[in-house]
Amino acid sequence: MPDPSLSQPASKTDLFWTFTVLALQGFGGVLAVAQRVLCEQKRWLTREQFLEILAVGQVLPGPNICNIALMIGDRFFGWRGAFAALAGMMAIPAVIVLVLTATYAEFAAVPAVAGALKGMGAVSAGLISGTALKLLGALRNNPMGVAVCGVLLAAMFACVALLRWPLVWMLLVAGLGACTYAWFRLAAERRDPA
Amino acid sequence: MMAAILSSELMALFGHFLLLSLLAIGGAITVAPDMHRILVGEMGVLDDAQFSSSIAIAQAAPGPNVLFVAVMGYQAAGLAGAAATMFGIMLPSTTLALAAARWGHARREWRAIRAFKAGMAPLVIALMFSTSWILTAQTPGWKHVLLTVAAALLVWRTRIHLLWLIGAGAVVGAMGWV
Repeated sequence: MPDPSLSQPASKTDLFWTFTVLALQGFGGVLAVAQRVLCEQKRWLTREQFLEILAVGQVLPGPNICNIALMIGDRFFGWRGAFAALAGMMAIPAVIVLVLTATYAEFAAVPAVAGALKGMGAVSAGLISGTALKLLGALRNNPMGVAVCGVLLAAMFACVALLRWPLVWMLLVAGLGACTYAWFRLAAERRDPA
Repeated sequence: MMAAILSSELMALFGHFLLLSLLAIGGAITVAPDMHRILVGEMGVLDDAQFSSSIAIAQAAPGPNVLFVAVMGYQAAGLAGAAATMFGIMLPSTTLALAAARWGHARREWRAIRAFKAGMAPLVIALMFSTSWILTAQTPGWKHVLLTVAAALLVWRTRIHLLWLIGAGAVVGAMGWV
Protein backbone atom coordinates (compact mmCIF):
# COMPACT_ATOMS: atom_id res chain seq x y z
CA MET A 1 0.00 0.00 0.00
CA PRO A 2 2.35 2.79 -1.05
CA ASP A 3 0.50 5.85 0.15
CA PRO A 4 2.66 8.99 -0.23
CA SER A 5 0.87 10.84 2.58
CA LEU A 6 1.81 8.16 5.12
CA SER A 7 5.02 7.74 7.07
CA GLN A 8 6.57 4.92 9.09
CA PRO A 9 8.06 4.41 12.53
CA ALA A 10 11.82 4.87 12.37
CA SER A 11 12.69 1.90 14.59
CA LYS A 12 11.39 -0.44 17.24
CA THR A 13 12.54 2.10 19.82
CA ASP A 14 10.40 4.70 18.06
CA LEU A 15 7.45 2.28 18.28
CA PHE A 16 8.05 1.67 21.99
CA TRP A 17 8.20 5.34 22.91
CA THR A 18 5.37 6.40 20.63
CA PHE A 19 3.10 3.87 22.30
CA THR A 20 4.40 4.82 25.75
CA VAL A 21 3.65 8.52 25.18
CA LEU A 22 0.32 7.61 23.64
CA ALA A 23 -0.68 5.40 26.57
CA LEU A 24 0.35 8.02 29.12
CA GLN A 25 -2.09 10.49 27.55
CA GLY A 26 -4.94 8.00 27.67
CA PHE A 27 -7.00 8.53 30.81
CA GLY A 28 -10.05 6.30 30.91
CA GLY A 29 -9.10 4.56 27.68
CA VAL A 30 -6.51 4.95 24.97
CA LEU A 31 -8.60 4.70 21.81
CA ALA A 32 -9.13 8.43 21.25
CA VAL A 33 -5.45 9.22 21.75
CA ALA A 34 -4.43 6.32 19.53
CA GLN A 35 -6.49 7.64 16.64
CA ARG A 36 -5.12 11.15 17.15
CA VAL A 37 -1.48 10.11 17.38
CA LEU A 38 -1.34 7.28 14.84
CA CYS A 39 -3.51 8.82 12.10
CA GLU A 40 -3.09 12.56 12.56
CA GLN A 41 0.28 13.21 14.21
CA LYS A 42 2.52 10.31 13.15
CA ARG A 43 0.55 9.49 10.00
CA TRP A 44 1.41 5.80 10.23
CA LEU A 45 -2.15 4.81 9.27
CA THR A 46 -5.07 6.25 7.35
CA ARG A 47 -8.42 6.62 9.06
CA GLU A 48 -9.65 3.65 7.00
CA GLN A 49 -6.70 1.46 8.04
CA PHE A 50 -7.24 2.42 11.68
CA LEU A 51 -10.87 1.36 11.41
CA GLU A 52 -9.89 -1.94 9.76
CA ILE A 53 -7.39 -2.77 12.47
CA LEU A 54 -9.96 -1.80 15.06
CA ALA A 55 -12.45 -4.20 13.45
CA VAL A 56 -10.00 -7.08 13.72
CA GLY A 57 -9.12 -6.09 17.28
CA GLN A 58 -12.79 -5.97 18.14
CA VAL A 59 -13.74 -9.50 17.09
CA LEU A 60 -10.67 -11.10 18.68
CA PRO A 61 -10.57 -11.69 22.40
CA GLY A 62 -8.39 -9.40 24.47
CA PRO A 63 -8.11 -5.65 24.95
CA ASN A 64 -8.76 -3.90 21.60
CA ILE A 65 -6.13 -1.33 22.12
CA CYS A 66 -3.44 -3.92 22.91
CA ASN A 67 -4.41 -5.89 19.81
CA ILE A 68 -4.07 -2.68 17.82
CA ALA A 69 -0.58 -2.03 19.19
CA LEU A 70 0.44 -5.59 18.34
CA MET A 71 -0.88 -5.47 14.80
CA ILE A 72 0.71 -2.12 14.02
CA GLY A 73 4.07 -3.14 15.48
CA ASP A 74 3.97 -6.43 13.61
CA ARG A 75 3.16 -4.75 10.30
CA PHE A 76 6.25 -2.55 10.46
CA PHE A 77 8.84 -4.67 12.28
CA GLY A 78 7.50 -8.22 12.63
CA TRP A 79 6.99 -9.87 16.01
CA ARG A 80 9.74 -7.81 17.62
CA GLY A 81 7.90 -4.68 16.55
CA ALA A 82 4.66 -6.12 17.92
CA PHE A 83 6.34 -6.75 21.24
CA ALA A 84 7.96 -3.29 21.29
CA ALA A 85 4.62 -1.57 20.66
CA LEU A 86 2.77 -3.65 23.26
CA ALA A 87 5.54 -3.23 25.84
CA GLY A 88 5.48 0.52 25.21
CA MET A 89 1.77 0.58 25.81
CA MET A 90 1.91 -1.43 29.04
CA ALA A 91 5.22 -1.09 30.89
CA ILE A 92 5.26 2.44 32.30
CA PRO A 93 1.47 2.71 32.71
CA ALA A 94 1.57 -0.56 34.69
CA VAL A 95 4.13 0.89 37.10
CA ILE A 96 2.04 4.05 37.50
CA VAL A 97 -1.19 2.19 38.16
CA LEU A 98 0.46 -0.05 40.77
CA VAL A 99 1.98 2.95 42.56
CA LEU A 100 -1.47 4.57 42.54
CA THR A 101 -2.97 1.38 43.97
CA ALA A 102 -0.43 1.31 46.76
CA THR A 103 -1.28 4.91 47.71
CA TYR A 104 -4.96 4.88 46.77
CA ALA A 105 -6.31 4.48 50.28
CA GLU A 106 -4.88 7.86 51.30
CA PHE A 107 -6.53 9.73 48.43
CA ALA A 108 -9.82 7.93 48.05
CA ALA A 109 -11.50 9.83 50.86
CA VAL A 110 -10.61 13.34 49.59
CA PRO A 111 -13.77 14.75 47.95
CA ALA A 112 -11.81 16.86 45.45
CA VAL A 113 -10.05 13.72 44.20
CA ALA A 114 -13.32 11.84 43.82
CA GLY A 115 -14.79 14.86 41.99
CA ALA A 116 -11.78 15.15 39.69
CA LEU A 117 -12.07 11.47 38.80
CA LYS A 118 -15.73 11.92 37.99
CA GLY A 119 -14.94 14.89 35.75
CA MET A 120 -12.17 13.00 33.99
CA GLY A 121 -14.50 10.06 33.49
CA ALA A 122 -17.11 12.28 31.86
CA VAL A 123 -14.52 13.78 29.53
CA SER A 124 -13.08 10.40 28.55
CA ALA A 125 -16.56 9.18 27.61
CA GLY A 126 -16.76 12.25 25.38
CA LEU A 127 -13.37 11.52 23.81
CA ILE A 128 -14.61 8.13 22.67
CA SER A 129 -17.75 9.42 20.97
CA GLY A 130 -15.81 12.37 19.50
CA THR A 131 -13.37 9.89 17.94
CA ALA A 132 -16.29 7.82 16.66
CA LEU A 133 -17.72 10.96 15.04
CA LYS A 134 -14.39 11.49 13.28
CA LEU A 135 -14.26 7.91 12.01
CA LEU A 136 -17.74 8.29 10.48
CA GLY A 137 -16.06 9.94 7.49
CA ALA A 138 -14.28 6.67 6.71
CA LEU A 139 -17.64 5.07 5.92
CA ARG A 140 -18.03 7.21 2.77
CA ASN A 141 -15.89 4.76 0.77
CA ASN A 142 -17.60 1.70 2.21
CA PRO A 143 -18.86 -0.70 -0.49
CA MET A 144 -22.12 -1.20 1.42
CA GLY A 145 -23.05 2.44 0.82
CA VAL A 146 -23.58 5.20 3.34
CA ALA A 147 -27.28 4.51 3.93
CA VAL A 148 -26.80 0.83 4.80
CA CYS A 149 -23.85 1.71 7.03
CA GLY A 150 -26.03 4.24 8.84
CA VAL A 151 -28.80 1.71 9.45
CA LEU A 152 -26.34 -0.93 10.68
CA LEU A 153 -24.66 1.57 12.97
CA ALA A 154 -27.95 2.73 14.48
CA ALA A 155 -29.22 -0.83 14.94
CA MET A 156 -26.00 -1.99 16.59
CA PHE A 157 -26.02 1.02 18.93
CA ALA A 158 -29.66 0.41 19.86
CA CYS A 159 -29.02 -3.26 20.65
CA VAL A 160 -25.75 -2.85 22.56
CA ALA A 161 -26.17 0.53 24.28
CA LEU A 162 -29.92 0.81 24.80
CA LEU A 163 -31.13 -2.79 25.00
CA ARG A 164 -27.82 -4.07 26.47
CA TRP A 165 -27.88 -7.27 24.45
CA PRO A 166 -24.72 -9.37 24.86
CA LEU A 167 -21.89 -8.06 22.73
CA VAL A 168 -20.66 -11.45 21.57
CA TRP A 169 -24.01 -12.39 20.05
CA MET A 170 -24.46 -9.00 18.45
CA LEU A 171 -21.00 -9.21 16.88
CA LEU A 172 -21.82 -12.66 15.59
CA VAL A 173 -25.29 -11.90 14.19
CA ALA A 174 -24.89 -8.32 12.98
CA GLY A 175 -21.29 -8.98 11.94
CA LEU A 176 -22.19 -12.01 9.85
CA GLY A 177 -25.08 -10.18 8.24
CA ALA A 178 -23.06 -7.08 7.44
CA CYS A 179 -20.04 -8.99 6.14
CA THR A 180 -22.24 -11.18 3.91
CA TYR A 181 -23.93 -8.12 2.46
CA ALA A 182 -20.54 -6.46 1.90
CA TRP A 183 -19.35 -9.65 0.19
CA PHE A 184 -22.17 -9.44 -2.36
CA ARG A 185 -21.66 -5.69 -2.83
CA LEU A 186 -17.97 -6.24 -3.57
CA ALA A 187 -18.91 -8.90 -6.13
CA ALA A 188 -21.39 -6.53 -7.80
CA GLU A 189 -18.77 -3.78 -7.82
CA ARG A 190 -16.34 -6.01 -9.67
CA ARG A 191 -18.88 -6.97 -12.33
CA ASP A 192 -20.07 -3.41 -12.79
CA PRO A 193 -17.25 -0.99 -11.96
CA ALA A 194 -19.08 2.30 -11.62
CA MET B 1 -3.78 -11.28 53.53
CA MET B 2 -0.93 -11.03 51.05
CA ALA B 3 1.33 -13.34 53.02
CA ALA B 4 -1.33 -16.02 52.91
CA ILE B 5 -1.04 -16.40 49.15
CA LEU B 6 0.77 -19.61 48.23
CA SER B 7 2.54 -20.32 45.01
CA SER B 8 -0.18 -22.85 44.18
CA GLU B 9 -2.69 -20.02 44.46
CA LEU B 10 -0.58 -17.89 42.15
CA MET B 11 -0.65 -20.69 39.61
CA ALA B 12 -4.42 -20.93 40.04
CA LEU B 13 -4.75 -17.18 39.44
CA PHE B 14 -2.58 -17.46 36.35
CA GLY B 15 -4.61 -20.40 35.05
CA HIS B 16 -7.98 -18.71 35.60
CA PHE B 17 -6.86 -15.61 33.76
CA LEU B 18 -5.39 -17.63 30.89
CA LEU B 19 -8.86 -19.05 30.29
CA LEU B 20 -10.63 -15.72 30.72
CA SER B 21 -8.31 -14.18 28.14
CA LEU B 22 -9.84 -16.13 25.27
CA LEU B 23 -13.37 -15.30 26.41
CA ALA B 24 -12.73 -11.57 26.58
CA ILE B 25 -14.21 -10.56 23.24
CA GLY B 26 -14.78 -6.82 23.43
CA GLY B 27 -12.08 -6.28 26.04
CA ALA B 28 -11.11 -7.62 29.44
CA ILE B 29 -13.88 -5.66 31.13
CA THR B 30 -16.46 -7.96 29.50
CA VAL B 31 -15.27 -10.84 31.70
CA ALA B 32 -15.22 -8.74 34.88
CA PRO B 33 -18.24 -10.66 36.25
CA ASP B 34 -16.28 -13.90 35.94
CA MET B 35 -13.28 -12.31 37.61
CA HIS B 36 -15.53 -11.29 40.48
CA ARG B 37 -16.81 -14.85 40.80
CA ILE B 38 -13.26 -16.23 40.93
CA LEU B 39 -11.41 -13.62 43.01
CA VAL B 40 -14.13 -12.62 45.46
CA GLY B 41 -16.18 -15.80 45.44
CA GLU B 42 -14.17 -18.97 44.84
CA MET B 43 -10.69 -17.91 45.92
CA GLY B 44 -11.66 -15.22 48.40
CA VAL B 45 -8.49 -13.20 47.76
CA LEU B 46 -10.32 -9.88 47.26
CA ASP B 47 -13.34 -8.28 48.90
CA ASP B 48 -16.03 -6.37 47.02
CA ALA B 49 -14.56 -2.95 47.77
CA GLN B 50 -11.13 -3.99 46.53
CA PHE B 51 -12.69 -5.42 43.41
CA SER B 52 -14.52 -2.26 42.42
CA SER B 53 -11.67 0.02 43.46
CA SER B 54 -9.41 -1.95 41.08
CA ILE B 55 -11.54 -0.93 38.13
CA ALA B 56 -11.83 2.67 39.34
CA ILE B 57 -8.08 3.07 39.86
CA ALA B 58 -7.24 1.76 36.39
CA GLN B 59 -9.86 4.05 34.85
CA ALA B 60 -8.32 7.05 36.55
CA ALA B 61 -4.74 6.18 35.68
CA PRO B 62 -3.25 6.70 32.23
CA GLY B 63 -2.88 3.68 30.00
CA PRO B 64 -5.02 0.82 28.73
CA ASN B 65 -8.03 -0.06 30.88
CA VAL B 66 -6.93 -3.71 30.95
CA LEU B 67 -4.45 -2.71 33.65
CA PHE B 68 -7.32 -3.12 36.11
CA VAL B 69 -6.42 -6.80 35.90
CA ALA B 70 -2.94 -6.04 37.21
CA VAL B 71 -4.45 -3.98 40.03
CA MET B 72 -6.66 -6.91 41.04
CA GLY B 73 -3.67 -9.25 41.03
CA TYR B 74 -1.68 -6.77 43.07
CA GLN B 75 -4.41 -6.32 45.66
CA ALA B 76 -4.78 -10.10 45.90
CA ALA B 77 -1.13 -11.13 46.06
CA GLY B 78 1.27 -8.23 45.58
CA LEU B 79 3.61 -7.92 42.61
CA ALA B 80 3.65 -11.66 41.96
CA GLY B 81 -0.14 -11.59 41.81
CA ALA B 82 -0.11 -8.67 39.39
CA ALA B 83 2.29 -10.59 37.15
CA ALA B 84 0.17 -13.74 37.35
CA THR B 85 -3.12 -12.06 36.40
CA MET B 86 -1.62 -9.72 33.80
CA PHE B 87 0.43 -12.31 31.92
CA GLY B 88 -2.50 -14.70 32.18
CA ILE B 89 -4.96 -12.28 30.61
CA MET B 90 -2.51 -11.14 27.91
CA LEU B 91 -0.68 -14.25 26.68
CA PRO B 92 -3.42 -16.16 24.85
CA SER B 93 -5.14 -13.12 23.34
CA THR B 94 -1.88 -11.56 22.13
CA THR B 95 -0.74 -14.78 20.50
CA LEU B 96 -4.07 -15.19 18.79
CA ALA B 97 -4.23 -11.55 17.69
CA LEU B 98 -0.78 -11.73 16.17
CA ALA B 99 -1.52 -14.94 14.28
CA ALA B 100 -4.91 -13.69 13.07
CA ALA B 101 -3.53 -10.32 11.97
CA ARG B 102 -0.81 -11.98 9.91
CA TRP B 103 -3.24 -14.42 8.36
CA GLY B 104 -5.60 -11.59 7.42
CA HIS B 105 -2.90 -9.24 6.20
CA ALA B 106 -1.42 -11.87 3.88
CA ARG B 107 -4.88 -12.34 2.37
CA ARG B 108 -5.99 -8.71 2.41
CA GLU B 109 -7.00 -8.77 -1.27
CA TRP B 110 -9.35 -11.70 -0.75
CA ARG B 111 -12.95 -10.74 -1.16
CA ALA B 112 -13.91 -12.36 2.15
CA ILE B 113 -11.31 -10.32 4.03
CA ARG B 114 -12.36 -7.09 2.33
CA ALA B 115 -15.99 -7.94 3.07
CA PHE B 116 -15.14 -8.53 6.72
CA LYS B 117 -13.47 -5.14 7.04
CA ALA B 118 -16.22 -3.31 5.18
CA GLY B 119 -19.01 -5.06 7.07
CA MET B 120 -17.45 -4.53 10.48
CA ALA B 121 -16.61 -0.83 10.00
CA PRO B 122 -20.02 0.63 10.90
CA LEU B 123 -20.43 -1.87 13.76
CA VAL B 124 -17.10 -0.90 15.30
CA ILE B 125 -18.09 2.77 15.22
CA ALA B 126 -21.44 1.86 16.79
CA LEU B 127 -19.58 0.07 19.60
CA MET B 128 -17.55 3.19 20.30
CA PHE B 129 -20.74 5.23 20.62
CA SER B 130 -22.15 2.47 22.85
CA THR B 131 -19.14 2.51 25.17
CA SER B 132 -19.46 6.25 25.51
CA TRP B 133 -23.21 5.97 26.15
CA ILE B 134 -22.86 3.23 28.77
CA LEU B 135 -20.13 5.15 30.61
CA THR B 136 -22.34 8.25 30.63
CA ALA B 137 -25.55 6.46 31.58
CA GLN B 138 -24.08 4.64 34.57
CA THR B 139 -23.35 7.93 36.36
CA PRO B 140 -26.43 9.53 37.93
CA GLY B 141 -27.20 13.21 37.35
CA TRP B 142 -27.04 15.31 34.20
CA LYS B 143 -24.23 17.87 34.58
CA HIS B 144 -21.58 15.36 33.59
CA VAL B 145 -23.49 14.73 30.36
CA LEU B 146 -22.83 18.34 29.31
CA LEU B 147 -19.14 17.76 29.95
CA THR B 148 -19.19 14.59 27.89
CA VAL B 149 -20.98 16.24 24.96
CA ALA B 150 -18.65 19.26 25.05
CA ALA B 151 -15.60 16.98 25.05
CA ALA B 152 -17.00 14.95 22.14
CA LEU B 153 -17.62 18.07 20.04
CA LEU B 154 -14.17 19.46 20.78
CA VAL B 155 -12.44 16.20 19.82
CA TRP B 156 -14.50 15.95 16.68
CA ARG B 157 -14.17 19.51 15.47
CA THR B 158 -10.85 20.82 16.80
CA ARG B 159 -7.27 19.71 17.18
CA ILE B 160 -7.09 20.69 20.84
CA HIS B 161 -4.73 18.44 22.79
CA LEU B 162 -6.66 15.69 24.55
CA LEU B 163 -4.78 16.25 27.82
CA TRP B 164 -6.25 19.78 28.05
CA LEU B 165 -9.71 18.25 27.90
CA ILE B 166 -8.90 15.65 30.56
CA GLY B 167 -7.33 18.36 32.70
CA ALA B 168 -10.37 20.59 32.32
CA GLY B 169 -12.57 17.65 33.33
CA ALA B 170 -10.44 17.09 36.42
CA VAL B 171 -10.65 20.76 37.43
CA VAL B 172 -14.39 21.02 36.85
CA GLY B 173 -14.85 17.80 38.82
CA ALA B 174 -12.56 18.82 41.70
CA MET B 175 -14.53 22.07 42.08
CA GLY B 176 -17.60 19.93 42.57
CA TRP B 177 -19.44 21.18 39.48
CA VAL B 178 -20.34 17.80 38.03
